[in-house]
Amino acid sequence: MTQSDAPSPKTARQRWMAILARASAQELSARLAALPPLPAAETLRAPETGLVMVRGRAGGDGDAFNLGEMTVTRCAMRLGAHVGHAYVAGRDHTKARLAALLDAALQDGALHDAFMQAVVEPLAAAQREVRAGEARKAAATRVDFFTMATMR
Amino acid sequence: MTRLTPAFADPVLDAQASFRAILEAMSRPGRIQRIEARITPPAPLCAAAAAALLSLADADTPLWLDAGEGVAEWLRFHCGAPITPDIGAARFVLACGAAPSLDALDIGTDEDPQLGATLILQVAGLVAGEGWRLTGPGIQHEHRLRVLDAPADLLAAWARNHALFPRGVDVLLCAGESIVALPRSVMMAEG
Repeated sequence: MTQSDAPSPKTARQRWMAILARASAQELSARLAALPPLPAAETLRAPETGLVMVRGRAGGDGDAFNLGEMTVTRCAMRLGAHVGHAYVAGRDHTKARLAALLDAALQDGALHDAFMQAVVEPLAAAQREVRAGEARKAAATRVDFFTMATMR
Repeated sequence: MTRLTPAFADPVLDAQASFRAILEAMSRPGRIQRIEARITPPAPLCAAAAAALLSLADADTPLWLDAGEGVAEWLRFHCGAPITPDIGAARFVLACGAAPSLDALDIGTDEDPQLGATLILQVAGLVAGEGWRLTGPGIQHEHRLRVLDAPADLLAAWARNHALFPRGVDVLLCAGESIVALPRSVMMAEG
């Protein structure tokens, strides 16, 4: 799976939803605890766990095939006039609820900048760091296959 | 944008309870059942009609409704049912205002009569023990039912619908938390 933090062509909301979905419940609640408390939110759809069929495609013009099923937890919360959604991998209901709440807060113009600074950007940096670390480790063990002719 | 409100407090148990109430209503046509659902659907949807749709409608059942954008958004979110503008293609038809003609609805086929549409009709009130005389399967002698503000031509349309059996349209009459089913097998006469 390719993971890009570039805003284009994804929309800004897709980007923060993806970052929130990849963070853990502990990370989300720790970041949220550092901020002033949010107004009361209403649960529109309590966290529920189900299976989603992940489809793949062999190459750009290959036929789509079913890669396998994946456990997904979804949740929807309303904060004022904004409805936040979360679809997260796994069965962590706390994480789905927090991600939906943060998605609602991030859509609110008055809260957006503070939450981007305090929650999304630090999480994005941490996730970038983890990926870079894994990429470095993988690169260190890379074997380049050269033919004998080029080795000499 | 209207504000979305939550649906069933307990999605599993509340849906099972209202499914049970609809099953009872279908088994005993003309008997008033109550759906004890703790939900606050957007106006003009009543609690019984909302609970019936939350229990029955899903992504495989096209839904036609006349209740406005707020209700359409609420049902799309909570049921996942596709909203269709074509009343003849709808599996569930929700009428909060004037009742659509039963003849316009999908009546299924002789091979697949279960494909007939279900009309969920909101009425002003339901009174048992007086009014129309209902007879047919599920009724030992007769059930009496008065529907307040019933569509004037409902009895004539119902006679045509009943004659189509096994094809036809089933009707759920909803008022507040009360629900009465009129399966296509029931016969209705003026009281």
